[in-house]
Amino acid sequence: MLGVLKRPIVVTADINLNVVALTGVGLLSRLWQLSYPRAVVFDEVYYGQYISFYMKRIFFLDDSGPPFGHMLLALGGYLGGFDGNFLWNRIGAEYSSNVPVWSLRLLPALAGALSVPMAYQIVSELHFSHSAATGAALLVLIENALITQSRLMLLESLLIFFNLLAVLSYLKFFNSQKHSPFSLHWWSWLTLTGVACSCAVGIKYMGVFTYLLVLGVAAFHAWHLIGDQTLSNGRVFSHLLARAVALVGVPVILYLLLFYVHLMLLYRSGPHDQIMSSAFQASLEGGLARITQGQPLEVAFGSQVTLRSVFGKPLPCWLHSHQNTYPMIYDNGRGSSHQQQVTCYPFKDVNNWWIVKDPGRHQLVVNSPLRPVRHGDVVQLVHGMTARLLNTHDVAAPLSPHAQEVSCYIDYNISMPAQNLWRLDIVNRESDRDVWKTILSEVRFVHVNTSAVLKLSGAHLPDWGFRQLEIVGEKLSRGHHGSMVWNVEEHRYGKSQEQRERELELHSPTEVDISRNLSFMARFSELQWRMLTLRTEDSEHRYSSTPLQWVTLDTSIAYWLHPKTSAQIHLLGNVVIWASASLATAAYTLLFFWHLLRRRRNVSDLPEDAWQHWALAGALCIGGWALNYLPFFLMEKTLFLYHYLPALTFQILLLPMVLQHVSDHLCRSQLQRSLLSALVIAWFSTACHVSNMLRPLTYGDRPLSPSELQALRWKDSWDILIRKH
Amino acid sequence: MPPAMGGGLAGSELRSRRGRCGSQAARVVGRDVAAEAAARSPKRPVRSSRRFEAAGRWALLALVTLVSFATRFHRLDQPAHVCWDETHFGKMGSYYINRTFFFDVHPPLGKMLIGLAGYLSGYDGTFLFQKPGDKYEHHRYMGMRGFCAFLGSWLIPFAYLTVLDLSKSFPAALLTAALLTFDTGCLTLSQYILLDPILMFFIMAAMLSMVKYNSCADRPFSAPWWSWLSLTGISLAGALGVKFVGLFIILQVGLNTISDLWHLFGDLSLSLVTVGKHLTARILCLIVLPLVLYVAIFAVHITVLNKSGPGDGFFSSAFQARLSGNNLYNASIPEHLAYGSVVTVKNLRMAIGYLHSHRHLYPEGVGARQQQVTTYLHKDYNNLWIIKKHNTNSDPLDPSFPVEFVRHGDIIRLEHKETSRNLHSHYHEAPLTRKHYQVTGYGINGTGDSNDFWRIEVVNRKFGNRIKVLRSRIRLIHLVTGCVLGSSGKVLPKWGWEQLEVTCTPYLKDTLSSIWNVEDHINPKLPNISLDVLQPSFPEILLESHMVMIRGNNGLKPKDNEFTSKPWHWPINYQGLRFSGANDTDFRVYLLGNPVVWWLNLVSIALYLLSGSIAAIAMQRGAQLPAEVEGLTKILLRGGGQLLLGWVLHYFPFFLMGRVLYFHHYFPAMLFSSMLTGVLWDTLLRLCAWGLASSSLARGVHALGILSLLLGTAYSFYLFHPLAYGMVGPLAQDPESPMAGLRWLESWDF
Repeated sequence: MLGVLKRPIVVTADINLNVVALTGVGLLSRLWQLSYPRAVVFDEVYYGQYISFYMKRIFFLDDSGPPFGHMLLALGGYLGGFDGNFLWNRIGAEYSSNVPVWSLRLLPALAGALSVPMAYQIVSELHFSHSAATGAALLVLIENALITQSRLMLLESLLIFFNLLAVLSYLKFFNSQKHSPFSLHWWSWLTLTGVACSCAVGIKYMGVFTYLLVLGVAAFHAWHLIGDQTLSNGRVFSHLLARAVALVGVPVILYLLLFYVHLMLLYRSGPHDQIMSSAFQASLEGGLARITQGQPLEVAFGSQVTLRSVFGKPLPCWLHSHQNTYPMIYDNGRGSSHQQQVTCYPFKDVNNWWIVKDPGRHQLVVNSPLRPVRHGDVVQLVHGMTARLLNTHDVAAPLSPHAQEVSCYIDYNISMPAQNLWRLDIVNRESDRDVWKTILSEVRFVHVNTSAVLKLSGAHLPDWGFRQLEIVGEKLSRGHHGSMVWNVEEHRYGKSQEQRERELELHSPTEVDISRNLSFMARFSELQWRMLTLRTEDSEHRYSSTPLQWVTLDTSIAYWLHPKTSAQIHLLGNVVIWASASLATAAYTLLFFWHLLRRRRNVSDLPEDAWQHWALAGALCIGGWALNYLPFFLMEKTLFLYHYLPALTFQILLLPMVLQHVSDHLCRSQLQRSLLSALVIAWFSTACHVSNMLRPLTYGDRPLSPSELQALRWKDSWDILIRKH
Repeated sequence: MPPAMGGGLAGSELRSRRGRCGSQAARVVGRDVAAEAAARSPKRPVRSSRRFEAAGRWALLALVTLVSFATRFHRLDQPAHVCWDETHFGKMGSYYINRTFFFDVHPPLGKMLIGLAGYLSGYDGTFLFQKPGDKYEHHRYMGMRGFCAFLGSWLIPFAYLTVLDLSKSFPAALLTAALLTFDTGCLTLSQYILLDPILMFFIMAAMLSMVKYNSCADRPFSAPWWSWLSLTGISLAGALGVKFVGLFIILQVGLNTISDLWHLFGDLSLSLVTVGKHLTARILCLIVLPLVLYVAIFAVHITVLNKSGPGDGFFSSAFQARLSGNNLYNASIPEHLAYGSVVTVKNLRMAIGYLHSHRHLYPEGVGARQQQVTTYLHKDYNNLWIIKKHNTNSDPLDPSFPVEFVRHGDIIRLEHKETSRNLHSHYHEAPLTRKHYQVTGYGINGTGDSNDFWRIEVVNRKFGNRIKVLRSRIRLIHLVTGCVLGSSGKVLPKWGWEQLEVTCTPYLKDTLSSIWNVEDHINPKLPNISLDVLQPSFPEILLESHMVMIRGNNGLKPKDNEFTSKPWHWPINYQGLRFSGANDTDFRVYLLGNPVVWWLNLVSIALYLLSGSIAAIAMQRGAQLPAEVEGLTKILLRGGGQLLLGWVLHYFPFFLMGRVLYFHHYFPAMLFSSMLTGVLWDTLLRLCAWGLASSSLARGVHALGILSLLLGTAYSFYLFHPLAYGMVGPLAQDPESPMAGLRWLESWDF
């Protein structure tokens, strides 16, 4: 153990000046005039509000992805001393002086800058030449879309950074595998791979694609390791175990950790509380916790409760009734029972209070000793303000005629008896004698006479029902569905027997006492589940596009327009780079299959190790491109050009490698090689020239005249904004 | 993995001995099968034992087939009313008999066959199939049910033969056959007029012929090789012709073919010419042949259905012109639009309908209180619009004016014929789609304001061209706001008579919902031409039918509050489907897998993954296995691998589908899963037997294991058979019920 102390500590510096220089220009290109424009640019308006929530420690829910990216942006705000006071409501709004724009944009810009030297490293770790590596880095450097995207408070550059980091550290790990397995070097790169993967996933779900890529390549290499019969079984096992821990165990733990930090940071209630369950809301400071703290836990006969629909779709709402009755005849000519309406109401209201009554007794108060209600007990529900009993019968519901109408029973003396007994069914019970608990128990009410289940149908009643949501008795209960499940949100033990006193009691707030804590895993799983299942209405967007338009760059996004001049920022790619990257992908595929088929017939054009490097480069770059691109064809959400950038980065990496391959293995003579180099230089200068021409739209620093703008509109589909004077 | 490597060399020796196709796997375990046969007749000489074996083989196959037919045809006529989706497919069969055009999201072969079966069995197509539960009474429905049951019965012999070929083991094949025969789900699904038995028949036929042609790999280009190969192609066309789910088996055959060709290509003893021949043969039989058949199916479909029917509205105007009875059939109308023409304008997106307006205003709070503009699917006087010049209100039909054609890029005004209001839009948000602008009818007797001006554009044409009826794809661009007239496809509330919303969208996207065509066209000043010249060609019809089918499939989205079946429910047999009846007095049929079979399948998949990976790792580590074990391992990895691939391909794609899913979508995957179970348990029991040193005990373990599995499934079928054959009486919660105690999961409701 102390072996390290026996030798002197020696530091040998081995500095690759290429990398240093590339880092320098990378930083220069991304950090130059970073706080310009001092206005909200495009999606900053979206991420900015979450930064403010972090600063104010207010809980939010964003279904677009896990919170790591938001957290990193907020870290920038924290370092810059941002207090969160800014109203993120409009693109183009000027930032007030308390917003530290520079430090907020710093982390994405750094990530974008560091992607440049990393591109160099990846290509050289793939055993391609230094000129190819430098080429890859320079292409990343001058790609306009990458520059634009990394200079703003957006997540793509962070995602690309961690994608590249994952690939790079896996390659470093893989290359040290031959010489020094289980060395410190080996371990650290292996662990870093796992860490980078989980960071990528933590920024956007899209990161999963790169994670899958790394896992796939690692599994392939591991399979070869298993086949290596020079290694002992124990050795192979420890290799596999190390990979499993670092590439599966570490990411899972980190992902949980990052949610832990997220929930630790956001402890105050906020605007998104309603989406979460009552128990979750109760764990936040303020909001529901203020109301429900100190409520009695066990619901007893005589309890006063509000019942919230667990499903909460289309709106979170509470079981409700009011004086108004169902109209005698509906618009479509069907008749109703004309009894008191029962609805689901999405706001807190005194009419949401119900009293749990024992059918055998007349009292509406809690006796001592109190008798808790258990699973399977038969109860009546008395509407607090009108003292009528919840009832259902064989009358078609107003909007869902296949189900039964639910009403509060009014005795019209017309041979329609009250059917107001409900059996309590605790869905998440642990034993069959479980007690009905506030907030925690999810219950169904099964009608004793007809075995219909109390259900939120989700339809909005017409004007006679004040557009509240329809409640029905579902006869054909198919399985367990959230719309049939309810939980008690507010609860107190009723004390007043007289109706007038009781109304006063219902109007008064519930008393305050203990807090209920949910475990981290319960909160995590609920939050994660809601994030995955929350469906915001798919909105069209002026700048949305389809995946097919990305490859040909047939779309652009206007990010920002100067309020007075025509200076503007556009997300636009370097056309030359996009086109040649796609060509390189096609060329690689053709060459790969050509070599593959020839090898199969035992004709080898390439030495074995060159073939291995060529194949690994393709697996990572083409695989990375395909995995980050093709799944978008299956997605139904609104898509934008910037979704293509991670895939594009992988494509750009491949480009110089294909060129080197052509020069090394396809050019037969020195002359051809020189010719190719000349072509490459000419092509690269064109790319630089194009990049420079688009620069005003990338940085938005220089106003252009309408004719200049018109000249830059190379494609009709580019929506460059031209002011009319 | 196809056993093609080196097959050419070893084949001759085999051929002379057996005279039938045999694979390498057969050689590896051949000894084993012989031992098995010997075990049954220990004292007989080898030659007669072989003859006995051949006779036994046929007898066993006959027995399996017989039992399968017997179970499928037992009580086939019960219940004598429409069950579940019979209401669709029976109805569609009737459409073929009546030759009326209809629309369905699936390709036509399945319904055509049902129609044919009905026709041949004397059904006259008069039964309405309105809703589940309707009594058939005197109508002859048994022909159609019998046909489906006939195809459904073949699944079991097919599975039996497939497993036999993959594992070369009778017990494995027998176990598979028993699992499928005694599965109540497969039984129920085969007994009604549905597409599933037909689909599964073709899937299994394709699988069987693929396996058979793989085992003929040692005799390429022989007669059996060709016939199995082309049978594979034919079955693929059949599977795809019934439902698009057929694509999965096509994928499986494709993967198998690629790996097959890869091995042939790597075999340096074969010349490139031979490899080329192999490739051509496969292209011919597996691509060209199915494609031709598939197109032929559509040709028949379109020729047979030549009368106008309920499907017209889903198709473009040009398409409808070929249906007799449709108002566009044999019609003649002016070809080019002119000012003063009275037209109907139809949206190009499926099931949106005609631009429509009526004497009702948008209600208070919904944009401006002006006249509603909607789209409406049915023909109506309120769909008529007059094309007018934007700047004059003079009557262009006045004979003193010359005819002036409307050209691409013209500014026009559309006046609603019945109410004389102009099509109008303005900066008010649309009723349902908040980000779009409202479209209204505005003005009195054609006098409005500049918000009534629209620029008419033809997609992909040059400015100045005339606009053709039916053929031109038109966009209407609002001059003032620059937005495009479109329909969002959302249904308006009661105040809008549940017609569809029309909006003006500021996003200039090339979506079909903002593209229109002119359908009816009345202009007395212009000469009429016959619409026949506009009739689409067969390739266009084919393309359009597919576009409409794909969009129809995508349109089947689950509604928000609807309880839908999720793919993960299926393999665990979480919930069934009510085929018939709900209450205790009804005759109830409930589609639910036999839980014993399904849970055994589930366990087997896990067990297979475990044992398969152990075997694969052992091989990769280069472990020296005894010959017998190695043979079994190969069967496990190759045969089992193909079946697992089939299960994966027929199951996992459903997770990616956005459309409404049903429990019965799992059944093709379930067939593969049952075959895998058969192979797995036979192989594992053999390995177990081999592991036990004493030979008499060893044989006992295998026989006992297989026998108990067979008896177990048979007994569970005895318990659950009322699910399929129908049950009357109280529901299962009731202790009186015949199914009491069998409701093992609370989610089953029978």
